[in-house]
Amino acid sequence: MRSVSIIGVGCTKFGERWDVSLRDMIAEAGVMAIEDAEIVGEQIDALFVGNMSGGRFIEQEHIGALSADCAGLSRLHIPSTRVEAACASGGLALRQAVMAVASGYSDIVIAAGVEKMTDVSSGTAADALAAAADREWECFFGATFPALYAMMAKLHMRRYGTTHDQMAAVAVKNHHHACMNPIAQYHMEITVEDVNKSPMVADPLHVLDCSPISDGAAAVVLAPTEIAKKLSESPIRIIGSGQASDTLALHDRRDLTTLDATVHAARSAFAQAGIEPRKVDVAEVHDCFTVAEILAIEDLGFVEKGLGGKATEDGLTALGGDIPINTSGGLKACGHPVGATGIKKAYEIALQLRGEAGKRQVDEAEIGLAHNVGGSGGTALVHIFTR
Amino acid sequence: MTTQAPRFWRSIPQRYNLSGTHCTRCNEYFFPPRNLCPNCRRGAHLEEYTFGGTGTVVTFTTIYNATEEFERLTPYNLAIIQLDEGPKITGQIVSSLTVPKIGMRVRPVFRILGKEGDRGIIYYGTKFAPLIEPENKEEKK
Repeated sequence: MRSVSIIGVGCTKFGERWDVSLRDMIAEAGVMAIEDAEIVGEQIDALFVGNMSGGRFIEQEHIGALSADCAGLSRLHIPSTRVEAACASGGLALRQAVMAVASGYSDIVIAAGVEKMTDVSSGTAADALAAAADREWECFFGATFPALYAMMAKLHMRRYGTTHDQMAAVAVKNHHHACMNPIAQYHMEITVEDVNKSPMVADPLHVLDCSPISDGAAAVVLAPTEIAKKLSESPIRIIGSGQASDTLALHDRRDLTTLDATVHAARSAFAQAGIEPRKVDVAEVHDCFTVAEILAIEDLGFVEKGLGGKATEDGLTALGGDIPINTSGGLKACGHPVGATGIKKAYEIALQLRGEAGKRQVDEAEIGLAHNVGGSGGTALVHIFTR
Repeated sequence: MTTQAPRFWRSIPQRYNLSGTHCTRCNEYFFPPRNLCPNCRRGAHLEEYTFGGTGTVVTFTTIYNATEEFERLTPYNLAIIQLDEGPKITGQIVSSLTVPKIGMRVRPVFRILGKEGDRGIIYYGTKFAPLIEPENKEEKK
């Protein structure tokens, strides 16, 4: 297996982008990544594009070919594959691209992700997202995504004494980080009181515990490390890639306060990288809801099970803390265009490891991690990076 | 949610009567019915099994913001319930008088779950209500 590196990254502004289409955004992110890598179209061997639900959000499927077309690559006939794993579609596209390069099948490969969610009403968007849960045995009975995570939160509170203020601390921190990220959807500081006073969605989760509906696209260019060293002055090596799955429905899981898919994906990524979780300097984790970040930092091994809330409240996961989490602002405040999210995490980690993260730069970051979850934990991906 | 009549019709035994499967080889019970046992896979001996429907609330939430079809019910209680035979299922807790609690005992009730507009089909199925155990006449804490 060949070592794989990132040689170029690009990401659009995230948010309610009513002025641009999915086609505009995928082209913008792709061109940024290609220019950053200083390569030309003829060098690209393959494209993998993460997209959850073009069919529901813009009534357009076949996003693989569309992306190559929009990127001006149609006349090169480059193979382009759309990849879907709900909110983990981007992370899965990255893994497919990593495997294509590592296997020796392809040399220069682009992994991208895109979602255009605001062309439909919020009700339609919520229903499209609900398709990531078990339609027949969860949604049919009235389950919503916030409700599934709320039930995990309720049990975590009961078992470990986690408080809603501790969950709110995740949102407060991620909004603070987003204020330093030019591409973030929200540039707005919030307080624990703001979270507590925002309308209840599914007890104990309030509106400000939830990630927003967003538009955006991101792309990274991969190459074998041997070639990357010649093409780039600052290649970022991908030293671990893990993927795991679990039951589609939350109720069928072994433990409702652990995402076993995260545990297993992390285990294989850390084993491949040959490092321990404490070696990680900066991580982008899947905070679709505030409680999800608390579960993630526990399941990834950064803190002991049950201590995620306290660690957040104590500032361990803030910029300047022991393990800064979600310096981009996370899904909560940077935004969550579901197909793009997984690639944006790799983009943020690459910037951090290259020392190009501006005001939110983690000092001397050497090892970074990106964690991406699909649905309530049916799929999880973990990638580990170093400079 | 897009649901057509055949899709609902196929699952009537499960939705009306909590019909699932039991693997006699590993003795695990499954709801909804499974074609393959995750323990024994193709070596399984699966038989149909109708659950009693009584169980215990593992966790729950109160939903204030729902999809269009459930908006008229808000706020409503949703729970993950562990049936006495073992499997966990997601379902609504009905009862305007009782606030759900983790550990609360529940029993199944037959209710309308949804309808496809004024002239479409009506979906019936199982919700859950607090169970008063006959032996202690009190709700388990």
